[in-house]
Amino acid sequence: MASLVAILDLKGKPLIQRTYRDDVSPSQIEKFLPLALELEEEGQQITPCFSSGGVNYMHIRHSNLYLLALSKRNSNAAEIIIFLHRLVSVLIEYFKELEEESIRDNFVIIYELLDEMMDFGYPQTTESKILQEYITQESHKLEVQASVPITVTNAVSWRSEGIRYRKNEVFLDVIESVNMLVNANGNVIRSEILGAVKMKCYLSGMPELRLGLNDKVMFETTGRTSRGKSIEMEDVKFHQCVRLSRFESDRTISFIPPDGEFELMTYRLSTPVKPLIWVEAAVESYRGSRVEYMVKVKAQFKRRSQANNVEIYVPVPEDADTPKFRASTGGVQYAPEKSAFVWKIKQLGGGREFLMRAHFGLPSVKNADDVDRRPPIQVKFEIPYFTVSGIQVRYLKIVEKSGYQALPWVRYITQSGDEYALRTLQEKDAASIEPI
Amino acid sequence: MSRAAPKKGENFELRSDLNSEYRDRRKDAIKRVIANMTVGKDVSGLFPDVLKNMQTDDLEQKKLVYLYLMNYAKTQPELVILAVNTFVKDADDANPLVRALAIRTMGMLRAEKIIDYLSDPLQKCLRDENPYVRKTACLCVAKLYDLKPELAIDNGFIGQLQEMVSDSNPMVVANAVTALTDIHATAVLNATESTPAPMQASFIITPQILGKLLVALNECSEWGRVALLNCLARYKAADEKESEHICERVLPQFQHANGSVVLAAVKVIMVHMRALHREDLIKQIIKKMAPPLVTLVSSAPETQWVALRNINLLLQKRPDILQNEMRVFFCKYNDPPYVKVEKLDIMIRLAQEKNVDTLLSELKEYASEVDVDFVRKATKAIGQCAIKIETSAGRCVQVLLELINTRVSYVVQEAVVVMKDIFRKYPHSYEGVIPTLCANLDELDEPEAKASLIWIIGEYAEKIDNASELLGVFVDSFLEEAYQVQLQTLTAVVKLYMKKPDSAQGVVSKVLETATKDCDSPDVRDRAYIYWRLLSTDPNAAKAVILASRPPITLAQTTVPSAILEELLGEIGSLASVYHKPADTFVGRGRVGAEAVHRKMEGQDEEATREKALQTLVAGQQAENLLDFDETLATEGEATGLAATTAAIVSSNAGQKVLTSTNPLDDLASIFGSAGLSVPTQAPGASSPMALSPAPIFPSTPIGAPRSNGPAVPSKPEEDLLGLF
Repeated sequence: MASLVAILDLKGKPLIQRTYRDDVSPSQIEKFLPLALELEEEGQQITPCFSSGGVNYMHIRHSNLYLLALSKRNSNAAEIIIFLHRLVSVLIEYFKELEEESIRDNFVIIYELLDEMMDFGYPQTTESKILQEYITQESHKLEVQASVPITVTNAVSWRSEGIRYRKNEVFLDVIESVNMLVNANGNVIRSEILGAVKMKCYLSGMPELRLGLNDKVMFETTGRTSRGKSIEMEDVKFHQCVRLSRFESDRTISFIPPDGEFELMTYRLSTPVKPLIWVEAAVESYRGSRVEYMVKVKAQFKRRSQANNVEIYVPVPEDADTPKFRASTGGVQYAPEKSAFVWKIKQLGGGREFLMRAHFGLPSVKNADDVDRRPPIQVKFEIPYFTVSGIQVRYLKIVEKSGYQALPWVRYITQSGDEYALRTLQEKDAASIEPI
Repeated sequence: MSRAAPKKGENFELRSDLNSEYRDRRKDAIKRVIANMTVGKDVSGLFPDVLKNMQTDDLEQKKLVYLYLMNYAKTQPELVILAVNTFVKDADDANPLVRALAIRTMGMLRAEKIIDYLSDPLQKCLRDENPYVRKTACLCVAKLYDLKPELAIDNGFIGQLQEMVSDSNPMVVANAVTALTDIHATAVLNATESTPAPMQASFIITPQILGKLLVALNECSEWGRVALLNCLARYKAADEKESEHICERVLPQFQHANGSVVLAAVKVIMVHMRALHREDLIKQIIKKMAPPLVTLVSSAPETQWVALRNINLLLQKRPDILQNEMRVFFCKYNDPPYVKVEKLDIMIRLAQEKNVDTLLSELKEYASEVDVDFVRKATKAIGQCAIKIETSAGRCVQVLLELINTRVSYVVQEAVVVMKDIFRKYPHSYEGVIPTLCANLDELDEPEAKASLIWIIGEYAEKIDNASELLGVFVDSFLEEAYQVQLQTLTAVVKLYMKKPDSAQGVVSKVLETATKDCDSPDVRDRAYIYWRLLSTDPNAAKAVILASRPPITLAQTTVPSAILEELLGEIGSLASVYHKPADTFVGRGRVGAEAVHRKMEGQDEEATREKALQTLVAGQQAENLLDFDETLATEGEATGLAATTAAIVSSNAGQKVLTSTNPLDDLASIFGSAGLSVPTQAPGASSPMALSPAPIFPSTPIGAPRSNGPAVPSKPEEDLLGLF
């Protein structure tokens, strides 16, 4: 429960706010940032939720904005924090970008949304597709007066009736993001696969869908033997359209999909993964004069696959200058704003291996108090037509009472997650670089 | 509030536009009024002019006028009445969106005058054929109750809500439940001793309602599920079978994409699992709980943090939930600091013999990062590891030595503090480290680090050749040091004297003299006097007191007492569970509530003390001192801890002249006599743990005081436990 929701700029000034209960005065909003700074001064962390003077401040950060909710009771913090995140994604769907300017330009519609998404401090509807059916922007105003789409309160609150397509099609994207942390000795200390099945649904009527995966637990519970590999998903999360009790009883994924694009499910595997792309960096640093890098990249997947848009971010000292690069493939750029250089390789074939060298100058005087930051090397990539986990869509059954035939299309892709990182050695024990 | 209208300026222009004959111009003016309101300009003077535009077919304009009304109704109560007609008419509109909007806004106006006109339209809307209107009306009842409870009760609205729990539409069910829960909470908050919460307002979940909730759970929206799950957690199951049933029905919710649904489901399970006895079932549930919790750790940082705080609590109750998942909590380089700190804490909770090596190398990595606060916490974590897992202590000490050798000032200081803890846990092991520590003496500038090193020197004075020389430095600068350091210097010098009387004669008399004559801290002065008298009257007694062996320390499994832990586990996902504090300690009550609390405090002294002690305890926990006595005791097992204390006192009475109980709390009890309950409010914060060993002020009557206090202790273990910890 929240008594008030507000969006603040970085200086803590409210850009827009909506009161839901009058037990908290709007004047408390302005106290948020000073209080947070006070906490920081006292050496405490600014946590997403804190309490001061009987008022609870719950907030999230989105680019240059704070989204803040206030309450006086023992509110459901998880609910409110997640609601604020949802508010961000709804506003982004409406205005493409959420920033000070888009808020100022669209205050009328934001008020409308805030009114609809929360009532008396309790979240109501946060599905932007449904909201868009009756809260519309100036540019595409409805001719007829808006009424409540029955969907809002339907048991199927995510799909309207009477949808028609001439050609019925479904597109499935299976996207796996690999997160990996490799320590300086080259051992993988943590790896996980975060998978997502995204759908684009262009289907008429109220279709019933059933998705079959090579899910090991499902094979086991139904006593069927799988042909080929089956995978063990550690945790599966579904869009609210999926019947959870059905999944719990026999692992069937059955649902009536929302129209258009949505994320059907996410899953997680923490089975150890061999690093798909391996990067090694040898650093030789001559304090006060220069630092040299030799970076080796190796594609450790099958030859028939290929990684696209590989980007390797290698951190360098903040005060490094006069970069010189030489790479056996791709291009290298210095990104001083990130204190790193980026090696970009458009296409990296399976099993291939490449080298690059970098040379930077260092200032001759160095502040003794400066501690060397040693961020890890970050790698970004995508490998199409390939999943690390080996997940497979076995079938997608589509049944609608009109009996049309619909075509499902499936696409697989593996990419780096938000943390595909390799730690570097402390400079002093770095191996010396041999000539290529 | 209505002032004479100015003849020019923006408001004047707006007023003329609001009264324009052109629709577009009026609408545009309303938008400008709202824009002014948004940026905080006072546009309340335009109230009547805006009000005129309320009756319109343009939904957007209507919404804007309603919004304006919500903001300024309170300032213009006498004018609000003019809006009533339109509201009542709108609540009867053909468009359900308008009906709902009208009823939703009327509830928000919070003006006495309008409330009386709310009943009829609300009555109608609660029976509306459209579920969207019904679900909005449900919440309107809660709004009404908040404003005028009697009205909500007398008109039978609450009874109607209860019927609506059986509504055919799951969203209406969810909002009816939300409203009833809200009313229940409001009633409890506003209740005082003279006016208890009205019967009608309390929402008791009967087995019939339970059935309805379980059915609606599978059909309603994500937020509705949270409301229903919250109710299920409040339900008192009749027997184990029913608890089992609830758990089984709730388990599928672990697969929901919304994290607050998952946490609410965890809460229900934790509550109803208390009644379960079937080991296999419990095991199965625990196994199913881990994956969704782990998944929450990959959500947005703020959500992650809420999840981590809750996981921390869950692990205190059931350390086995995530026993194989420590790696999940490894910090990412770009995690925000508040997430990193929480992850560290959880990693220590999950540390076991089999994973401690991985953990140590990870902690060492963190200790070389640049964020000072995080580095310190990582260093501290290494010490916690050593104390928790005996077999790892050697390796931990090794890592600490490596860190000390980096010579980064704050790392060294933290490592010294940590080493002191390790010495307390494993006395007389790792003495080889002492020279390295002493070599860094000059670099220490933080009181805690200094105090720690001084304690180590005092403790191992017999093995450090130049101990008197090292301590002499601190005696020379005695008056410039922090009290914490003064206290330690004092004790360490006296220990040195006990162990090496010949070489320390000079330094001990110097420190006693400085401390008694020139020191302005009563704590330091008093302790110096005690030592002085002890040394001059009975050197043997002095030895027994000052060189007494201390209880070994252990790492606390819990940071909150078990009763509070249970309370917090029943609140998973809420602010209480995030703060790790019971709701009473931070919830801002209404005026009435505050008075009630005050009265309660005055009326029931014991309750009040307990309450106070609780709060201090909660505050104290943030300090997270590894050695806090409250934690040490907590791990010794609550009831037996106290019993043991009493036993120790009795035996010392029989056998010895001097109190040698291992439990420093007796000493405190003896000092404070019957005021024992108020002691903890000062103890954990004010005194550094090892400073407590020498305590009896009146050596002649060391036993009398605790004994008179003794019998009272076991007779009311409940209060005492809470008071002490």
